[in-house]
Amino acid sequence: MDDLLREFVTETNESLDVVDVELVRFEREPANATIINNVFRLVHTIKGTCGFLGLPRLEALAHAAEALMGRFRDGVPATTDAVTLILASIDRIKQILESLENEQREPAGADDDLISGLTHMAASLDPKKQQAAPPQQSVGTLVEQVLERPLLPGEDSLDDLERAFRATPVEAPQRRVKSPLADAAKDDAERNGNQSIRVSVDTLEKLMTMVSELVLTRNQLLEIGRRHEESEFKTPLQRLSNVTAELQEGVMKTRMQPIGNAWQKLPRIVRDLSQELGKHIDLEMQGAETELDRQVLDLIKDPLTHMLRNSADHGLETPQERRAAGKPERGRIRLCAWHEGGFIVIQIADDGRGLNTERIKAKALAQGLVTEAELDKLTEQQIHKFIFAPGFSTAAEVTSISGRGVGMDVVRTNIDQIGGTIDVRSVPGVGVSFTVKIPLTLAIVSALIVEAAGDRYAIPQLAVIELVRAHGGSEHRIERIKDTAVLRLRDKLLPVARLSRLLGIAPAASENVEQGFIVVTQVGAQTFGIVVDAVFHTEEIVVKPMSSKLRHIALFCGNTILGDGSVIMIIDPNGIAQALGTTAAAQLQLQAAAAADAEASASAEQATSLLLFRAGSTQPKAVPLSLVTRLEEVDARKIELSNGRHMIQYRGQLMPLVRMDTNVNVRSEGAQPLLVFSDGTRSMALVVDEIVDIVEDRLDIEVAGGVDGLLGSAIVKGQATEIVDIGHFLPIAFEDWFRRKEQAAAPRRRAVLLVDDSPFFRNMLAPVLQAAGFDVTTAGSGAEALAHVDGGGAADIVITDIEMPEMDGFALTQALRKHPRGAELPVIGLSSIVSPEAIARGREVGFHDYVAKFDRQGLIAALKEQSEFGRAA
Amino acid sequence: MSEAANLREYVTAEIGGELIGMPILRVQDVFIPEGPTRVPLAPPEIAGVLNLRGRIVTLVDMRRRLGLSGGSDKSSLAIGVELRGESYGLLIDAIGEVLKLDEDAREPNPVNLDPRLARVSTGIHRLNDRLLLVLDVDRVLDIGSASMAA
Repeated sequence: MDDLLREFVTETNESLDVVDVELVRFEREPANATIINNVFRLVHTIKGTCGFLGLPRLEALAHAAEALMGRFRDGVPATTDAVTLILASIDRIKQILESLENEQREPAGADDDLISGLTHMAASLDPKKQQAAPPQQSVGTLVEQVLERPLLPGEDSLDDLERAFRATPVEAPQRRVKSPLADAAKDDAERNGNQSIRVSVDTLEKLMTMVSELVLTRNQLLEIGRRHEESEFKTPLQRLSNVTAELQEGVMKTRMQPIGNAWQKLPRIVRDLSQELGKHIDLEMQGAETELDRQVLDLIKDPLTHMLRNSADHGLETPQERRAAGKPERGRIRLCAWHEGGFIVIQIADDGRGLNTERIKAKALAQGLVTEAELDKLTEQQIHKFIFAPGFSTAAEVTSISGRGVGMDVVRTNIDQIGGTIDVRSVPGVGVSFTVKIPLTLAIVSALIVEAAGDRYAIPQLAVIELVRAHGGSEHRIERIKDTAVLRLRDKLLPVARLSRLLGIAPAASENVEQGFIVVTQVGAQTFGIVVDAVFHTEEIVVKPMSSKLRHIALFCGNTILGDGSVIMIIDPNGIAQALGTTAAAQLQLQAAAAADAEASASAEQATSLLLFRAGSTQPKAVPLSLVTRLEEVDARKIELSNGRHMIQYRGQLMPLVRMDTNVNVRSEGAQPLLVFSDGTRSMALVVDEIVDIVEDRLDIEVAGGVDGLLGSAIVKGQATEIVDIGHFLPIAFEDWFRRKEQAAAPRRRAVLLVDDSPFFRNMLAPVLQAAGFDVTTAGSGAEALAHVDGGGAADIVITDIEMPEMDGFALTQALRKHPRGAELPVIGLSSIVSPEAIARGREVGFHDYVAKFDRQGLIAALKEQSEFGRAA
Repeated sequence: MSEAANLREYVTAEIGGELIGMPILRVQDVFIPEGPTRVPLAPPEIAGVLNLRGRIVTLVDMRRRLGLSGGSDKSSLAIGVELRGESYGLLIDAIGEVLKLDEDAREPNPVNLDPRLARVSTGIHRLNDRLLLVLDVDRVLDIGSASMAA
């Protein structure tokens, strides 16, 4: 019974999906008898099976719906009300099916409301009343028949049935239109349909894994075959190879489903929306037969539905507005899908009003995603991309002002997850089109095989935009800002990083970026370059998950076995993007800065990435993200208590846990969130109650802290937040945190003069620099710094912020150069502006180095280098 | 709880001058690790990954794992074990014989045993001429669990 019931539920659900689609179609093409016949047949089957399985509630409902549909079949024109009623019944049937699936029986309750509605509607649409003279061809006599039980709601008496049977024309006139050929074709299709079997997805997955193994083994054999000249194996090997390829294709095919399956519910949704919104919407679907992997299909269903709703709700205008704009009253949403390389492209386009650029601008400004100065530099298309920014808008706010872009960030995240991309194009008054590009399958991906530091790695082809070979003289130049390399590609500046360096395996000598190939990669809205030593070829690789011991490495998303049998890592472009630290906002800032002249961008105040968390109190606390090495959530049972201090084993070492204050409890079970701070080989962790969020915000410390461990308070995202002084906690973890460094450093500690107008940065950087083994003196302005040098204060190196009021970093450097004690002083510029103009200007005034403001590692490296230089000189 | 005879079979191996034993039931095979791929950014105990008959095996540098340094030549053999469906290869210097040892004769770890050894060992067997350290495979493979949780 169970099996029977399960099969019934699956089959009925599928049939109902078809009924949904067909009914909506029928509403628009009432003359098409094929459709209604099809629907009628499906509902009839459902009714019959329900009776057989003893499901009275379903049977009654299906019967009533069937009766009404019978009227349509008899040629009564379908009214919207009637169709709505039938659709509602189908929804109810689905509900019942769902509980049937969960509880193995029909839920209690009655459907009299729907049934009486259906019966009533069917009665009022009686063709006898509608048609003047229905052909009465009844011959013979009525036989008395008695039903031995009262009629169930919705059931017709046998007499009624008999009468209907006789009243029905022997052949509906419309049916004659069909050619016998079409009938034959349909019969064929039906017969083929019966030749399919249901296979559980698990079985297919297993099969796929096995075939993947076979492909790898085949590749290995071929590789061996190539090395050996004896031809004995050649022929059978070739056969094996061909069969394997066919097998792979065949198994892949079993996983493929037409994208139409994901679209099935859409016509119904559009119909309901148009009813609800009072808009007339036509949904066009093209390429429904385009096939893709079912795993991918499942993942894009929801985003697609979401985008469609958006188009109907916000994109299309009301009929009045459309008429006023001189457009046809019926709005159109077009869904297309097609194959393109190893990808499937899906496009959702509407002919509505287009995106409201002004509103997006206002919203982006309000959310602090961009400054007004930057906005002016952005193209319309760049502005439109803000709708994908995380948390860009919430449904409630946007719907009330009838904006656009409800939850598009969610859509984008979903698509990013499967390695896809999304793009938007909008023309005011003409419409919006979203283009989604996703891989056909996730199990086998096309990847570019590259080499870095002697090892091979795979980069998923989907993320790769182009390969660039940069020479000194070519148009694709690499500009260097000391440690940070940027590629000037056409009119864009792209951050560039050497893969071996990101992986931490670079021998210092091979740091020459100019020597390699640049794989220009795109993740979401970010574009960046990965520099590799060599590029081999593109290969279809079978993605295998990383070992659980290695899964935490963000730069890899899996590994694979190549044809020669060796294992290589698959690079995760998302991880690279994170490692580069180019968030979407930073990227925009970079682009804006590159386009801007120096003054304009100098006025742009930079935002700091802050990690928000709670510890000890409900008030949020924050620490600059750049200081945090990792966020961890550890099993609290792993925390050990030794000598009154909490410790945990972390990457083969004991790491001390430090509490912010005594109000923070170290958990004894469950997950314990930690902020890990590392410096060289040492790590400590701050115990927190909860990690709340990562935000980009301007940091103005408004109330200086009188409490140890707090730098002060600031307003972050509209809430008073305590800014934590990490420098206070490091010595608690290791009493010799700073001292140890001193020993490691040079016999005479180099004196650093840190010039920054922001007390926060002075407070943040000073402990970091001290930890790195420097004596730090701080100055709040250029004048103060000059006074310090003038007064004979110790200074071996000067680090200066560039954007400062009155005397900026450039002016300070120029002044220093004229000073007898300052002429030889190495100066390192600190800035968030990374424009070629700023770099050039820095060189001109005599900066020795130029480091991005939040690049702590880069700063320390630059300091080390400059102090070595100073010592040698 | 223990078996009637109370005899247990151990696969023994040399690692950095120490003799270790692992329950034979946990050992899948012993193989020569060929062409391992290093994994950048991996915990120091992970020596790399390699392809063993179509499976990806994670190699554990046992010397580092146990905090041993003796012997400078490269490990040439690996003991294959499994944990939760994943394959691991524990790098050893040399494979020894399979010993049948009386469970009752197993002694607890001496209190002054190096903590890096103590945390993976379940006790010591005294053999005729040397000591055998009994390793717990699960604990040996409990590498970087703090970072794994993330």
